[in-house]
Amino acid sequence: MALIADFLVQGCQMLLVLLLAPLLTGWVRMIKARLLRRRGPSVLQPYRDLLKLLRKEVVLADSASWLFRVAPYLIFAALWVAAALVPTFASGLLFSWTADLIAIVALLGTARFFLALAGLDIGTSFGGIGSSREMMIASLAEPAMLMMVFTLSLLAGTTELSSIARFILTADVGLRVSLGLALLALVMVAIAENARIPVDNPATHLELTMVHEAMVLEYSGRHLALIELSASLKLLLYLSLLGCIFAPWGMATAGAGLTAYLIGMTIYVAKLAFGGVLLALFETSIAKMRVFRVDQFLGAALMLGLLGTLLLFVSRSR
Amino acid sequence: MGANSLQAVLDAGQPVAEHRPWPRVVVTAETWNALAEGLAGGAWTLLGLWGEVSWVHLAAHEFASGFIGVASLPCPNGQFPSVGHRHPPAQRLERTITDLVGLQPVGNPDSRPWLDHGRWPVAHPLGTATPRTEPPPPYPFLLAEGESLHQIPVGPVHAGIIEPGHFRFTANGEAVVRLEERLGYVHKGIESLLSGATLERAARLVGRVSGDSTVAYALAFARAVEAATETTVPDRAHGLRALMAELERIANHCGDIGAICNDAAFALMHAHCAVLRERVLRASAACFGHRLLMDCVIPGGVATDLPTDGINVLRALLAEFRRQLPPLVDLYDNTASLQDRTVGTGFVRPALIQQFGCGGVIGRAGGQAFDARRQPGYPPYEQLEHEVPARTDSDVNGRVWLRISEVQQSLTLVEQILERLPPGPARGELNHPGQACEGMALVEGFRGDVLVWLRLAADGTVVRCHPRDPSWFQWPLLEAAIENNIVADFPLCNKSFNCSYSGHDL
Repeated sequence: MALIADFLVQGCQMLLVLLLAPLLTGWVRMIKARLLRRRGPSVLQPYRDLLKLLRKEVVLADSASWLFRVAPYLIFAALWVAAALVPTFASGLLFSWTADLIAIVALLGTARFFLALAGLDIGTSFGGIGSSREMMIASLAEPAMLMMVFTLSLLAGTTELSSIARFILTADVGLRVSLGLALLALVMVAIAENARIPVDNPATHLELTMVHEAMVLEYSGRHLALIELSASLKLLLYLSLLGCIFAPWGMATAGAGLTAYLIGMTIYVAKLAFGGVLLALFETSIAKMRVFRVDQFLGAALMLGLLGTLLLFVSRSR
Repeated sequence: MGANSLQAVLDAGQPVAEHRPWPRVVVTAETWNALAEGLAGGAWTLLGLWGEVSWVHLAAHEFASGFIGVASLPCPNGQFPSVGHRHPPAQRLERTITDLVGLQPVGNPDSRPWLDHGRWPVAHPLGTATPRTEPPPPYPFLLAEGESLHQIPVGPVHAGIIEPGHFRFTANGEAVVRLEERLGYVHKGIESLLSGATLERAARLVGRVSGDSTVAYALAFARAVEAATETTVPDRAHGLRALMAELERIANHCGDIGAICNDAAFALMHAHCAVLRERVLRASAACFGHRLLMDCVIPGGVATDLPTDGINVLRALLAEFRRQLPPLVDLYDNTASLQDRTVGTGFVRPALIQQFGCGGVIGRAGGQAFDARRQPGYPPYEQLEHEVPARTDSDVNGRVWLRISEVQQSLTLVEQILERLPPGPARGELNHPGQACEGMALVEGFRGDVLVWLRLAADGTVVRCHPRDPSWFQWPLLEAAIENNIVADFPLCNKSFNCSYSGHDL
């Protein structure tokens, strides 16, 4: 019986992330539009776009192989699972024991690998440009992410997210420099991974400057819908990750009952909304950087992660 | 006048009667070549090069003396000595002459077609107009070979809603090795449409050559007609025309400043500049009845006089700009991430700018302080105080700053015009030509100097009209600007140039 309840709660979380992801994208877009003195489309617009795309015919390039057709499903599956693994409104759910931060990094890497392959598959120059840029960014973002994971795992003694969240909630953590550095590193990686300004521009129409958009230029119909939904899921995943690790307050524990879950959910949505506002504010106040500046940006993230780990060793040896 | 001045060279030819305001002379091949030598040596710059059935015309401008002249070479065999093989800026113009009229430039190193992609129903529409039967041969792009080089074809259909043009990049990873443009996708046959048109229809057509500089084009056309027919325009019309031209300049520059920043994904500037531009358009609509001021300048004067509250509308606009522009300029200047993108990007060598006689913002940002409002000059600018801002940095940042300075200059111009706007009629009667006559005019649009040359028949219809967009001498420089830059910086360079496709493709 308890197992069924656990399954239900975990299923709830999976549905929640799926349903909330487009809303978060719409929310960020709306805040950005308001900051630019525009009214902007409704927050529900991403749902409408997805429905529209799902109903549309898929146009495939002649040169597209099976990989191109399969990739959207693989990407979507990997990102959905990854997003569902991060504790959102409650920690200690069924899946959290089987998967941890490193598994999430691996799932993200898998999704990216297939997206880059799909970009190369159709053989257009834009797809190639996008894939090569994406791989350059990834080769720097992944080590930075892992460095951040090491810092956390050294602190909390685990790479499992629910335990990390519970560790942060204990009173004796206090203010730690390493945690601050890890937070900064994760934010920088999140910006790069989600193709946000200043690394990439999600709203651009300029083919030559695109990274993420260049890879998916040839997608249409339901394939594009899945890719768009995956991108929304990824943004949600990173915001959830930031919330779960650095602001786990208000999170319910497994088996705490319906009321606690509902409170946890409300707080989670509030955290997402706050994160979305911060993201929009940051994106509005900065221009996109040159492609070859991205390595410096992500190099800084890597160094911050490394510094966080080193500081831990220094403080322990005392 | 020295012995080698443009005037001295042109004196060797036969002057053509009824060509105003600058002389047109029929020259021999020898003088033609001497003119090409002068262009290549930088003694004078090319203003235009266009053809007619068995004639080619070359307009040149000598900066030192301010002398402007047109040389016409008869080509009974359908050939003329190429100017382009000595002076590269003429090459695309010569290829266009071959496409449109069918005259062959002898010695032009580039014999590929330019505007004609082989999709027109006729070949040489301004010449023999022979129906085309065979399919076009493939267009060979210039080669750039080497290990690890790859090509990126961009356009003519782009991901955004912009005009069509094809850009062929040869890149080594992200670094651009060569860019080759291919234009002509928006060829509309404007010169054919103009031949035989009435003045009224021709004015509307020329006003639509490039929609964003409709005032500059309409003004150049009107001034050319007035020069040909020796019509004097009332002073009030001069003032109102300048008012419209400056409003157009302010609106377009505001749009460009924002659009350049938007290409660096800094949407904040774009949003604020778009609001400013919209204010200008609304003021234009309130004052002259059209947001873009289309068909407001007509031969003989202006179509609509300023309404009684027009001055107040424009003064309010000026006040709004004075309030809102400085914070925007500060925002541009103080956003480090934006400066990082614009400073040093898309540098064009000033020597190249001089060679191409490139006008407008691109020219003035690269040390070429040429402004048609000053030289040759036209009323009412000689009575107004304004500076021609010039810079030497010649990069994207320089071009943004130049636009900002020009907006500021235009604001003071609008203020002065409003103060001194003389009373009286806003349009006069055109003199009836009575005989075939020719006229030309050079007008400073927001992109640069717009040239219009035309020949009127005795009944006042247009026999031949050639509008030359400033972009003719700016597009080639874009190919130079992107060299040594990265592929991802091309949109930024392109937007800082903002050349016209429509005005170029005709």
